[in-house]
Amino acid sequence: MLRRKVRCFGLVLKRRLRWPIRSAGLNFALAYGLVFVISAGAFLSFIWWNTTGQLDSQVEIAVQVDAADLSHRWAQGGPTALSLAIQDRLDQNVDDDELYLLVGPDGRKYAGNLPGWPVVITRLDTFYELAIKRDGFRTNAKMHAYPLTQGFRMIVGRDVRGRQLVRHVLTDTLIWAWIMVTLLAAGGALAIRRIFRQVVRSIARTTAAVAQGDLSQRIPLTGNETDLVGQTVNTMLERINRLMDGVKQVSNAIAHDLRTPIARARARLEDANRTATSAEELHAAIDRAVMDLDRVTSIFEALLRIAQLEAGARRAAFTVLDIRPLLEGLSELYEASVEDAGLHLDFRAGAVQPVNGDPHLLQQAVANLLDNAIKFAPPGTTITLSVDMQGERLAITVADQGPGMSEDDLSRASERFFRAETARNTPGAGLGLSLVQAVMSLHGGALELRAGELQTGQPGLSATLLLPVVPAVSRKG
Amino acid sequence: MRILLVEDDPTVRAFVLKGLREAGHVVDEADNGKDGLFLAVSENYDVVILDRMLPGGIDGLRILETLRGQKNATPVLLLSALADVDERVAGLKAGGDDYMTKPFAFSELLARVEALGRRGRPESASQTRLVVGDLEMDLLSRTVKRGGEKIDLQPREFRLLEFLIRHAGQVVTRTMLLERVWDYHFDPQTNVIDVHVSRLRQKVDKPFDKPMIHTIRNAGYILRAD
Repeated sequence: MLRRKVRCFGLVLKRRLRWPIRSAGLNFALAYGLVFVISAGAFLSFIWWNTTGQLDSQVEIAVQVDAADLSHRWAQGGPTALSLAIQDRLDQNVDDDELYLLVGPDGRKYAGNLPGWPVVITRLDTFYELAIKRDGFRTNAKMHAYPLTQGFRMIVGRDVRGRQLVRHVLTDTLIWAWIMVTLLAAGGALAIRRIFRQVVRSIARTTAAVAQGDLSQRIPLTGNETDLVGQTVNTMLERINRLMDGVKQVSNAIAHDLRTPIARARARLEDANRTATSAEELHAAIDRAVMDLDRVTSIFEALLRIAQLEAGARRAAFTVLDIRPLLEGLSELYEASVEDAGLHLDFRAGAVQPVNGDPHLLQQAVANLLDNAIKFAPPGTTITLSVDMQGERLAITVADQGPGMSEDDLSRASERFFRAETARNTPGAGLGLSLVQAVMSLHGGALELRAGELQTGQPGLSATLLLPVVPAVSRKG
Repeated sequence: MRILLVEDDPTVRAFVLKGLREAGHVVDEADNGKDGLFLAVSENYDVVILDRMLPGGIDGLRILETLRGQKNATPVLLLSALADVDERVAGLKAGGDDYMTKPFAFSELLARVEALGRRGRPESASQTRLVVGDLEMDLLSRTVKRGGEKIDLQPREFRLLEFLIRHAGQVVTRTMLLERVWDYHFDPQTNVIDVHVSRLRQKVDKPFDKPMIHTIRNAGYILRAD
């Protein structure tokens, strides 16, 4: 029960302590104002303390120097000389702020302008600050008593009324200054809040427009720190735009390229249903329709994979890997079918650094390139699979001696569903290179296509996958 | 084999049920997760085919996790319309033995189910000598003989033949070969597997009068003694 109460109290306390203002702009402004006011207060207090301290210590030093001088006179000429010296000083003191008193052992006043020994002064080693009455005025004085020989005692002091006046004026001035500073701080805080709001509003205006569907809006860059946010948002919008374009392009392509096999399957089934005269004929038609539908499924799967890769969310399987054994395996897998197609596969591997990647996706990418090469290379030619370093990047190249591609086709080759005119008669859906391209973007790499074999000048196509290698430092860690 | 099929779509369920029964298996069915889980834990099956998404609050993964939580090691094949590779990994991590995405060819399903059923039998794992008809394979010395005559095989061909022998009398599909022999999980456009199998045939079948590796149309391959 008690514990519960304590906890309740704690909760209440916590709730009470929670800062009530949510607005970031207001908080910034308050923090600014607070810092300003506190620092101004500290600064002005320091000035006050320092100045008044200075004034005090000046008085004390003057009194001590005076007293030392008078003690000297006492030592030289006794009470007579000291009385003369005191009288002398009082006569020359234009400001009328010096206070002296010399009394004998019996308490009789020998010289000085104080009416009598103040009762409060009992100690001879410290300064006293007290109110005294002098020539009918009340005033403040700072005094020090000094012992002399033969039971004589002396008081040296200064009338500090003027100095106190200065202190008052100074205090007033500083308080006013502090009030002004506080007002300035409040104004500054309001200004800061306004600026902050303006900055946020300019971003908010753009993002609101985007939310309304106008993807062409960008946050204007002004050269200040908020550009960091602005740029990030702009980059994000850029990417969203690209993805949206991709989606648009794909839905058009789907409408076109998926309808064809579906329409074909439908026609086959309908036709067989109406006209088939034997069971075999019906079976054959159904088998072909199933094949058409399988093709639709595989196109779907490829499209989904590409979309997934382009969304950039599939880095879970990334690992640091040596690309050579991976390519050796593929080369071994494909060698048989390459030779079966009357071609020759040449595998060359240089010394390469490891890359960070998804082995299955990289296998798929290279397999797609090999599939393409086998599809298009004329019998009797050689397909080269090679891997080497190209500057700071790892380059996997699949080169064939097939018909190659025209410049126009090369630039469009990795678009979804794109098929060069010359490729119309070969099987395929035009998604292989799109997938390769998507795999490369996910890996921060690039797909480069070049027509013609560079060394020999023969026709052909070489596709190069460029992958960033893992920096040597992070590999050790 | 005794097979449990948990699948909510009536068309797919009827199609699979009919096919499995035609292939000579005894099949129980459930159309929701609750019944499926009840059957899976109370009966003894050789293979369980589980749809991943099921009505009734208990989906395929939950059934699978419950089974594995009870130390029930019945081979489970997951069926799903989710083709995502991560989904596949999630399914296999939860204790699934195989994963197929819809739509699928029945022949592929049958081949995989039969392969899973065989995996459940304990004797195959520790054997060092595999024999089918006059074909023998020694796993220790890595040699293959047919009719007493030695056959020279490349390492990969050896693994391919080993897989076929271990699944002798069963249809194995191209995808199964690609996954199990090569450990590749993608779909090559060209007939890479066919070419490897035909090369293996050159060595294992051609010099002899009776072929053992047969092609099953629309499905894959089978290795048989007769």
